[in-house]
Amino acid sequence: MAAKLPHKAEQARRRFLRALIGGGALLAAGGAGWLPLAYGGEVRLRPPGALEEDDYLASCIKCGQCVQVCPVNALILADLGDGHGIGAPYIDARAQACDFSCDAVQCILACPTGALTYTKPEHLDTRGAMLMAAAPILLAKEKDPEPTLNLKERIGVARLARPELCLARQGKGWKGAARAAEYEGMLRFMEVDRWQPIPLNDHPFDVAVCDLCVRTCPIKGAITLEALAPDRAPSLMELPANRLGRQKTSAKSLAAPAPLPPAGEGSNRMTPVVHEPCVGCGVCEMACPTEPAAIVIDPRRGWEG
Amino acid sequence: MSLRESARLLLGGEVRKPAPEDYTPGARQVHELKRMDVEHQRQLKEHAKLGHPHRNRWRNRRWAVLIAVNLLFVFSFWLDIQILEGALTASRFLGFHLIDLNSALQVMLAHKHILVNLVIGTATVFVLWVLLGGRAFCSWVCPYHLLAEWAESLHLYLVKKKKVSDHAFHRGLRTVLWLLFAALAFATGYTVFETLSLTGILSRALIYGPGLGLLWVLFWLLLEVVYSRRAWCRYFCPIGLTYGAVGLATPLQVGYRLGNCFHEGDCRKVCLVPHVLECVIKGRATDEKMDIGADCTRCGLCVDVCPSGALNFEVKGLSKWL
Repeated sequence: MAAKLPHKAEQARRRFLRALIGGGALLAAGGAGWLPLAYGGEVRLRPPGALEEDDYLASCIKCGQCVQVCPVNALILADLGDGHGIGAPYIDARAQACDFSCDAVQCILACPTGALTYTKPEHLDTRGAMLMAAAPILLAKEKDPEPTLNLKERIGVARLARPELCLARQGKGWKGAARAAEYEGMLRFMEVDRWQPIPLNDHPFDVAVCDLCVRTCPIKGAITLEALAPDRAPSLMELPANRLGRQKTSAKSLAAPAPLPPAGEGSNRMTPVVHEPCVGCGVCEMACPTEPAAIVIDPRRGWEG
Repeated sequence: MSLRESARLLLGGEVRKPAPEDYTPGARQVHELKRMDVEHQRQLKEHAKLGHPHRNRWRNRRWAVLIAVNLLFVFSFWLDIQILEGALTASRFLGFHLIDLNSALQVMLAHKHILVNLVIGTATVFVLWVLLGGRAFCSWVCPYHLLAEWAESLHLYLVKKKKVSDHAFHRGLRTVLWLLFAALAFATGYTVFETLSLTGILSRALIYGPGLGLLWVLFWLLLEVVYSRRAWCRYFCPIGLTYGAVGLATPLQVGYRLGNCFHEGDCRKVCLVPHVLECVIKGRATDEKMDIGADCTRCGLCVDVCPSGALNFEVKGLSKWL
């Protein structure tokens, strides 16, 4: 008969083995949480004042204090199913954009770790294209002594990603609520209430040529509606994403759009044009009445125009 | 217990039997008396038990505090009363920064840049838990602790019914994980442990609404019911070690009086960290009065269960006056 280990020693051996396996499993779980990040997961729109993505994820302590101060609940804490950065806030602009209803950037003030910051420390990465040429002017505060937002960098930039869907480019107007009936997103309308955001759908529109992206934009000079010039080559801002090499070109996207009346003299065909003051807040994407939105925010992309 | 011994146990060291020269003359005398006069001891025990019926006094107080703290977080957001804003990882109490020590450590190591607010919040919490007793954070504040206590009663019921049995892990595991998660945060620049932290996930779920992260919490509760009693808090969670280290310097402790103890061992049966209570085994206490080590979560279950009043909460240096 084989010699039996003393009971105590055998127990100790098992405790050690379990610790080895259990500890290894927990580390593997931690690694599984980190891998989607290491392999460059989905690009998310971060709150105003967010550091560059790596620094942001390193410094965010996942407390949600930014979530608590946001008057429109634009900030969402990533869940387990969201892949990476569990507990770190992001913005889903189409669902609820940051409309600066707080009149400032309160989320930055709330952040205890500097993951959101007014002024980036010098030793941290900065991309030139993210820097704003001047402090953005908040239209709601335009007549105040201090009309600007304390925001040095943009969080993204708007782009007419689906020009073929844009109502203005077809010369079409818009009547009624901007979004589908069940939509719950909030937006502040100066003409309704200077201080309180209201449901976007509680504020119906009636415009001859759709300019919802322009009239809802909270930033001065960030977007204008301009006459669609005849035979003008589409600008970078208007190119569909696939032609910028971000997505694979599908057969569908190559299909010819429906024929439109010619642009030019006497035509009411217009197009939204994004300008440098765009901070990437996402209100245009949220207010765009087409499904999917013709204009979108490219998260964390700088100004290249 | 000496500070060194307390730290050694905290890090996962095995309990050592004291050498004959470790005993104070007083302790030696008490042990001797207990051996000689068995009948008198038995009478004393019966007498002591009359005065100490088992009540859940400390447990109820603790649950009330734990629930109140977590509800304060919840209502500060839901009802916008703004008293305790944020989550357990970082918050503001009436505007003062409070930052969880382990989360702060992860962020500092990952980010390699330290902000003033972070230092202020961390220092405040450090001082707070030096005063309140280190791992008292675990049993008096952490929401997972409460769920785990309920899972534990289910586990113990199933053990009694012989449906499951408890599987212990080596206690050094927590120290190794603490070091590895610190190294991982530094190397990857990502707060890896925050992804796994049951405290953080549960606290955020309570305040900001439930999510899939709760599945991870559920997994651990199930594991603790069917496989290993209180596994997360006992062997895995690095937060416990961080606060345990703070507990090395705290004056708020559970104290043990050898003279009042009849070595029935009820305290060790209810304890989350029974290795700190080895001094209650007959013949082990080296002094007439012993402090329970830093790994103790000050949950008070042993104080509640002790039939003879040998274990009590004490504030070192103050107890004389109270």
